[in-house]
Amino acid sequence: MSKHEMAFSSAVAKQPSAAKEPKGRSLWADGWRRLRKNRLAMLGLFIIAFMTFLAVFAPLVAPYDPIEQLIWTKGKAARLAPPSKEHWFGTDLYGRDVLSRVIYGTRISLTIAVAASVVSLVIGVTLGAVAGYYGGKIDDFISWLINVIYAFPFLLFVLSIVAFRPASLTLVYVAIGFVSWPSIARVVRGQVLSIKETEFVEAARAVGAKDFGIIFRHILPNVIAPVIVQVTLGMGSMIMTEASLTFLGFGTQPPTPSWGYMINQGREYLLSGQWWWSVFPGLAISLTVLGFNLLGDGLRDALDPRLNK
Amino acid sequence: MGAAPLLEVKNLVKHFPIYKGWLLSRQVGSVKAVDGVTFTINRGETLGLVGESGCGKSTTGRLILRLIEPTSGEVWFEGNNVLSLDREQMRALRKDMQIIFQDPYASLNPRMTVGDIIGEPLRIHGIASGREREKRVKELLEVVGLSSYHARRYPHEFSGGQRQRIGVARALAVNPKLIVCDEPVSALDVSIQAQVINLLQDLQEQYGLTYLFIAHDLSVVKHISDRVAVMYLGKIVELTDKNSLYQNPLHPYTKALLSAIPIPDPTLVRERTLLEGDVPSPINPPSGCRFHTRCPVAEEICKHQEPAFEDVGGGHYVACHLVKKSQ
Repeated sequence: MSKHEMAFSSAVAKQPSAAKEPKGRSLWADGWRRLRKNRLAMLGLFIIAFMTFLAVFAPLVAPYDPIEQLIWTKGKAARLAPPSKEHWFGTDLYGRDVLSRVIYGTRISLTIAVAASVVSLVIGVTLGAVAGYYGGKIDDFISWLINVIYAFPFLLFVLSIVAFRPASLTLVYVAIGFVSWPSIARVVRGQVLSIKETEFVEAARAVGAKDFGIIFRHILPNVIAPVIVQVTLGMGSMIMTEASLTFLGFGTQPPTPSWGYMINQGREYLLSGQWWWSVFPGLAISLTVLGFNLLGDGLRDALDPRLNK
Repeated sequence: MGAAPLLEVKNLVKHFPIYKGWLLSRQVGSVKAVDGVTFTINRGETLGLVGESGCGKSTTGRLILRLIEPTSGEVWFEGNNVLSLDREQMRALRKDMQIIFQDPYASLNPRMTVGDIIGEPLRIHGIASGREREKRVKELLEVVGLSSYHARRYPHEFSGGQRQRIGVARALAVNPKLIVCDEPVSALDVSIQAQVINLLQDLQEQYGLTYLFIAHDLSVVKHISDRVAVMYLGKIVELTDKNSLYQNPLHPYTKALLSAIPIPDPTLVRERTLLEGDVPSPINPPSGCRFHTRCPVAEEICKHQEPAFEDVGGGHYVACHLVKKSQ
């Protein structure tokens, strides 16, 4: 070995002092460059950034306390008041400011989306990677599990859980995460299957890398892009799911301002003319889901590995 | 040849099983990718391994490194039986045996910087860390004709030829004794091929490397090899030093292959042996001599009896009944 090393160093003795070269462009940087050119995706990113801002700074942005019932201080005039200067989105039956409640509602929706995504990511990536990498009986079992969960009626599943435990925010996101992981596991499994056969993985094995190192250094970094797309698109439907659960009364409990709950309460007043109670939270859901979908579609194009040459 | 060979491969076999059925899957056959291959490589020499695609030459290279587990046979490297080593011993041995791949686009992880790619073997084997590793990576880059600042770049920022140099640097990082070159230039432009071949030859001279050079291009093999083995359907049919193979090929398959090399002289007329038909399936190889279905001179015995792979004089090994008869 020493002989080799000597040879190496002597060959390099005359190494020129390389001029300061810019750092290499990673595939992430390339992806970001492509994403920035996509207007719709940037609109989606803006919507989500805006919603996130509202969620984080809700107490500063919201004009009123979302739970305070103004009928106690302002009397009957504050009940079901139409949109006005004081109440942009009007008030509800109890004299609560709908705008403030919609703003606070972003907290619930985004928390659910993020927390449920984390749950489904942890389960989905782990099981997907194990199934794809090890194959055989393990793969058969996990693939079977994926199909079972796909086929299982989701609401029935949550209902059966709620039958034993009281509904809570934690329960909602765990439940949503628990039924959403199969789509991630499927993506990860498929990617791992193709990536583990590549020559760079074989090269890693040839230099003596262990399974753990191969999975974490070589395979998973190449799976991240499609997973990000999957998760982004999934977040939209998670928000919808939370809203429907709450609408049915199994999600977040009153008086927590949740969009689904507001729609449910306001629906009885839709026909009698007090449309603002449920239409504004409905628009908020649409806008947020649209944001996630636009961004997800943009990411899919920007991170497409076929553009990676 | 007095000294013991660096690598000795004896009767190496790889059969890939074929399964059918889902619930009660059973083996219905096997692809006989490599079916009894025997050869040796001496220290500092280059053994060319040629054959059509699907003949098992790449599998042979991977079997030696145990990237694929052989079905049976022996691989001896410096007096150690490679196939009997446990996981940890095998990992340690990987310092001595490396591989360069065919596709320079698929063989580098697109999410890692070139520095991380070349530094990985150093990290895994604890050869160098931190600053020391960075320095070694830069040295390696210079050795293969790239610049030290390339370490911070990503593979997609390089051309095919440059990427192949990165692959060479990675293989070189652990100071290996043997490098399996699995068609290292087949995916490159002809003008780039020569550069990479020359690099490999320079490195061999500089570090005393031993190559198993797998290729389907006979002219490339002729340039770089000391001895050449010709494979057909999972078996070596002829193995001898370069000059006798190219000037005096004995096996009819070798003759056919050589006559297919284009000669850059339009006025030259030569007799060509054209092979008819396709390579038979390795799932169900022909009986007797595997080449008899396409051999222009096959006789009755070739259909029934498998010819032995024997030295016909001066280290010229060949597996053919007719060669033996004519002697």
